[in-house]
Amino acid sequence: MTSPVTQAKLWFWQRASAMVLAVGVLAHLAVMIYAVRGGLSAAEILGRTHGSRWFGTLYTLLVLACAVHVPLGLVTIAQEWLGWRGPRVTIGAGFFAIVIAILGLRAVYGVVAA
Amino acid sequence: MTRRNDFRARNHPAYWAFFVHRVSGLALAAFLPLHLWVMGLAIHGEAALDGFLRFTDQALFKFGEWGMVVLLALHLMGGVRILLIEFGPWSGLRKNWIAGALGFGIAAGLAFALALIS
Repeated sequence: MTSPVTQAKLWFWQRASAMVLAVGVLAHLAVMIYAVRGGLSAAEILGRTHGSRWFGTLYTLLVLACAVHVPLGLVTIAQEWLGWRGPRVTIGAGFFAIVIAILGLRAVYGVVAA
Repeated sequence: MTRRNDFRARNHPAYWAFFVHRVSGLALAAFLPLHLWVMGLAIHGEAALDGFLRFTDQALFKFGEWGMVVLLALHLMGGVRILLIEFGPWSGLRKNWIAGALGFGIAAGLAFALALIS
């Protein structure tokens, strides 16, 4: 079982990432509602994002915050709903964090820089 | 002894806020890797991304996208409520924020739906 100090640290990172996401997700919702008008096309999306430092910064921050926030949330659910604890859960969460970070940063690179 | 809550403890706005936050979080966590993988197709060029976007240009996928937008909006405002409870100067369950979060979810859903059919 994770120590109280570790639990406090995980709580802190969950809330710190939530604060970043609160702002970033609001921006993402606005972008989506704007972007979806008239249907989605790759040309339209990439025309907006290619070379844009704003999109690059926003979505890099969103991806990193997600890589912290999502696995921590899943750990809580695994503990509370499934009763799963211990190193396997920690390793699984770490693996999920890395997957999100890699897929996310790859996607940001793809739409902004590639 | 393990005590378990029965339905009386759960039939309460704050419990439903918790439940919606948890289920929306789970759904978003499941959707996120797929979403990032699709956007990453842009690495292979515009045509690769466009091919997938055209494949998803069907009513079922659009409905799914709309659902994810609503869940994201609900999770966002539910999360802000938790931050306010934990870091804000007030005490209490912020039930006004539960209503506000529901309103925000409906508004975001309507705005996205309108944009989708425009």
